[in-house]
Amino acid sequence: MFLCVLRVPAVKKTNQRTDMTETTASRTETWIDVCDVSDLEPDAGVCALVAGRQIAIFHLPKLGKVFAIGNYDPFSHANVLSRGLTGDIGGEPVVASPVYKQHFSLETGRCLEDETVSVPVYRVRIEGGRVQIQLPAGEKRP
Amino acid sequence: MQRKKLVVIGNGMVGHHFIEQLVQTEAAKQFEIITFSEEPRLAYDRVHLTSYFETRDPAKLALTTEDFYREHGVTVHLGDKAVAIDRAHKIVRSEKGTEVPYDVLVLATGSYPFVPPIPGHDREGCFVYRTIEDLEAITRTAAESRIGAVVGGGLLGLEAAKALQDLGLETHVVEFAPRLMAVQLDEEGGAMLRRKIEALGVAVHTGKNTQNIVTGKFQRLKMEFADGDELETDMIVFSAGIRPRDELARQAGLEVGPRGGIVVDDHCRTSDPDIFAIGECALWNGQIFGLVAPGYQMARVVVDLLNGKEAAFTGADLSTKLKLMGVDVGTIGDSHGRTPGAHSYVYKNEHDEVYKRLIVSADNRKLLGAVLVGDAAAYDTLLQYYQNGIDLPQPPDALILPSNEGAPAGLGPDALPESATICSCHNVTKGQIVACIDRGVVALADIKSETKASTGCGGCAALLKSIVDAELEKRGLEVKKDICEHFPYSRQELYHIIRVEQIRTFDELLENHGRGLGCDICKPAVASILASYWNDYVLSDKYFKLQDTNDFRLANLQKDGTYSVVPRVPGGEITPEKLIALGEVARKYNLYTKITGGQRIDLFGARLEQLPHIWKDLIDAGFESGHAYAKAVRTVKSCVGSTWCRYGVQDSVGMAIFLEHRYKGIRAPHKIKMAVSGCTRECAEAQCKDIGVIATEKGWNLYVCGNGGMKPRHADLFATDLDDETLVKYIDRFMAFYIRTADRLQRTSTWLENLEGGLDYLKEVIIDDKLGICAELERQIQHLVETYECEWKKTLENEAILKKRFRFFVNAEGGDDNVVFVEERGQIRPATPEEKHRLKGIPVELEEAS
Ligand SMILES: Cc1cc2nc3c(=O)[nH]c(=O)nc-3n(C[C@H](O)[C@H](O)[C@H](O)COP(=O)(O)OP(=O)(O)OC[C@H]3O[C@@H](n4cnc5c(N)ncnc54)[C@H](O)[C@@H]3O)c2cc1C
Ligand code: SF4
Repeated sequence: MFLCVLRVPAVKKTNQRTDMTETTASRTETWIDVCDVSDLEPDAGVCALVAGRQIAIFHLPKLGKVFAIGNYDPFSHANVLSRGLTGDIGGEPVVASPVYKQHFSLETGRCLEDETVSVPVYRVRIEGGRVQIQLPAGEKRP
Repeated sequence: MQRKKLVVIGNGMVGHHFIEQLVQTEAAKQFEIITFSEEPRLAYDRVHLTSYFETRDPAKLALTTEDFYREHGVTVHLGDKAVAIDRAHKIVRSEKGTEVPYDVLVLATGSYPFVPPIPGHDREGCFVYRTIEDLEAITRTAAESRIGAVVGGGLLGLEAAKALQDLGLETHVVEFAPRLMAVQLDEEGGAMLRRKIEALGVAVHTGKNTQNIVTGKFQRLKMEFADGDELETDMIVFSAGIRPRDELARQAGLEVGPRGGIVVDDHCRTSDPDIFAIGECALWNGQIFGLVAPGYQMARVVVDLLNGKEAAFTGADLSTKLKLMGVDVGTIGDSHGRTPGAHSYVYKNEHDEVYKRLIVSADNRKLLGAVLVGDAAAYDTLLQYYQNGIDLPQPPDALILPSNEGAPAGLGPDALPESATICSCHNVTKGQIVACIDRGVVALADIKSETKASTGCGGCAALLKSIVDAELEKRGLEVKKDICEHFPYSRQELYHIIRVEQIRTFDELLENHGRGLGCDICKPAVASILASYWNDYVLSDKYFKLQDTNDFRLANLQKDGTYSVVPRVPGGEITPEKLIALGEVARKYNLYTKITGGQRIDLFGARLEQLPHIWKDLIDAGFESGHAYAKAVRTVKSCVGSTWCRYGVQDSVGMAIFLEHRYKGIRAPHKIKMAVSGCTRECAEAQCKDIGVIATEKGWNLYVCGNGGMKPRHADLFATDLDDETLVKYIDRFMAFYIRTADRLQRTSTWLENLEGGLDYLKEVIIDDKLGICAELERQIQHLVETYECEWKKTLENEAILKKRFRFFVNAEGGDDNVVFVEERGQIRPATPEEKHRLKGIPVELEEAS
């Protein structure tokens, strides 16, 4: 078998930088500006690129909340969680992976079918109509 | 106190059951338990071994885990066979040289498949059917074989034959006796079973004595029979009975039977009082029990004895019910009518191929045995009459005669005494199940894990459910058919609510009839109902969030997060220009191309952000959406028919194209596949489709509810010699009725199987308009046909949706850098995780999504 890389899509670095201006809020924490609230999909997800990471952001208007978790699905090894269906299981807000349908808690990142698996959860907030994300300390820049 | 050593040889179904039971009792404290397992893994569910072909995952069959054994302090010697028992010193020796002293020894060595000593029986291509390793070997060889033969037409042989057929082989069953399942079935029953199995395409050769297996002329092997006949085959699976594994016992000088088997008494003790034998290796009262339930009973007897309780094995019932190659077969008790004075009632229906026989006592009061072929619905009831000695109704043949009211004449669950055994594998009575419900355990799954009922061979599953349902109903608890936790309704009820209240959105439905946020089960189900009722644009704001990603992005998500694209090719007819255009699109976007079973072309490896570009090119070339992403009508496959084929009697391609255009895009509870063949030679394989049409001299025959894939089902003939107009009318009604009444994700085949009244009822509704709804059903389809739009065309016109939903990042350009392709056979495929690891970071050729 002949192995070669046919394509890996390019990420336009310039664009990325303009979209990710750092906002230093009143406290010392660093919040990264991601997108406009109107860019979110109510009751569904979008994928954001934040400091080289893929983050799935979900807006659930009925709860009046926005959630952010990793976009990478540990079961299918693909970046797909932002494309899953949202809902709740016993009151816990979840997204179902579109590949093998496991549910991940939007609050804790834990997989409901397999306690030993979880995805990262990020802090997210809305400031002045903008969606902002905070990366774990020490990892603000790749 | 020094604990005594208890050694168990063999970690099969019974050996494991013994340990599992023992560790839960007081006696566990007195014993240190050590077990030897010759197989490389802990006990697994041999009864459902055949399901391994579907899952290919040994873990799915496992009965236990190493953790369980560790927790209970059981030492396991995996993959280590015990080779000698030194009774004088009370020591067991293993192949790997382990020596373990014992105080008590339990033999649970099972049995091995008997292979007749035919010259050539050990050639390459010869197999047995007992372990996971056997099945793995069979799978490997089947991949390079065309024909397979099974020696032995008993229960297991037929199960093996089904497996070979599922592996795609032309399958033969070779039986020495003059009929199939000679042990259980009488002559008539065997003959009926044979006809049914032959109709499924398996060749049956009875009365054949194989004398030689030699190299074949055309296939790998050739079987030579005593009567001079020959059979060429690529592989042979021997399933000619089992023999107890008594070699260890023999060598240790324990008493064995003249035809094998370790002799045990009612306490399952061998001729050495410190050694027990349980399961298929044990010979009790001159009998070997080749079923799991008696083995479990023996295991429990020994557990009780070790706990100082009196217990005895008193024999076991060998009644069985099973589905052999889709044919229901049941035998109970004395199925050959050998009891003195016994007489029979027989019901035989050659049209539907059903055979039932009751064997009753001389005084006509008690059931002694029964044979059921083709329809085993009465089995559970009959078994209860038999096992519990219940007096038969008079006359008894009411139990097997078809009843005109459609209600099976049976013992309702209420009629069973508390003492009735429901699950014979785990010896669970009706009383225990009722007690469990009384304790507040009401979910079927919980009742199963609590009582263990129906967790053995599974044969009592239907009976258990009916008892639980009846008990819950008695207590005023409703039997739940809810679609999920958000709606206390079934799909059919939701459909009804939406129709009556004219509900147009999920939120409206949730607000008025549900709770919570919804989930990935109810959302797409409701989206499908709304679509098949209103036919609004699926990506409009109120719908898109309900759709799983396939519907949402109008493409099929693949395992690496990319999509595949399938344009419609109605009836599989395509012009050279369009074929070239397709090829050019595939080349331009470097997509992997594959011809599908539905006679169209699937383009794989499209990234989310490429989809609109690809579809713009396809639509410019005259294509439209193929709805491969939706639970909807997929394709109408066709053969060339009378236009080109010298046998054809009608224009099958023309009809297929007409049907595909009529029904394209209609959302349904599950996908719907159709096909049209130009004559009875059936080259389009219409009889494995949800809707199949086969041309006749006079018109069309309509078949419904067939299925290929994992659970194949032959379609049923629904109506014959229809003209074009009637054909379309019936299909309209059929589709609308299915959409209205089926459960979520229920294909037409399972829908029909669960439809009360079955095919006859369906005919009454659709042909005779028994419910008076046909006009409405037709109107509904007509509305859907008239409001059809190509979803991709509509999407490309909507800039806002394109910009929002078909970009990968909400805040950046570009795509997923985890999508990596490598080349294989001249096309792309997703890189494996190891390949990605190796390849990422290597300079790559950058390609923009034009
Ligand atoms: C395909 C198939 C379908 C079946 N369907 C049904 C069904 O529908 N209903 C039903 O009731 N029964 C069915 N059976 C039969 C059922 O599986 C057996 O009755 C059951 O497995 C018997 O359990 P056992 O523990 O006695 O033997 P086994 O499960 O065979 O276990 C014996 C174990 O001991 C091991 N062993 C033997 N000698 C040694 C040694 N010296 N040292 C260490 N280990 C040793 C063997 O390798 C084996 O793992 C089916 C069997 C097969 C193969
Ligand atoms: S089904 Fe009949 S008409 Fe169609 S290709 Fe086959 S033989 Fe010809």
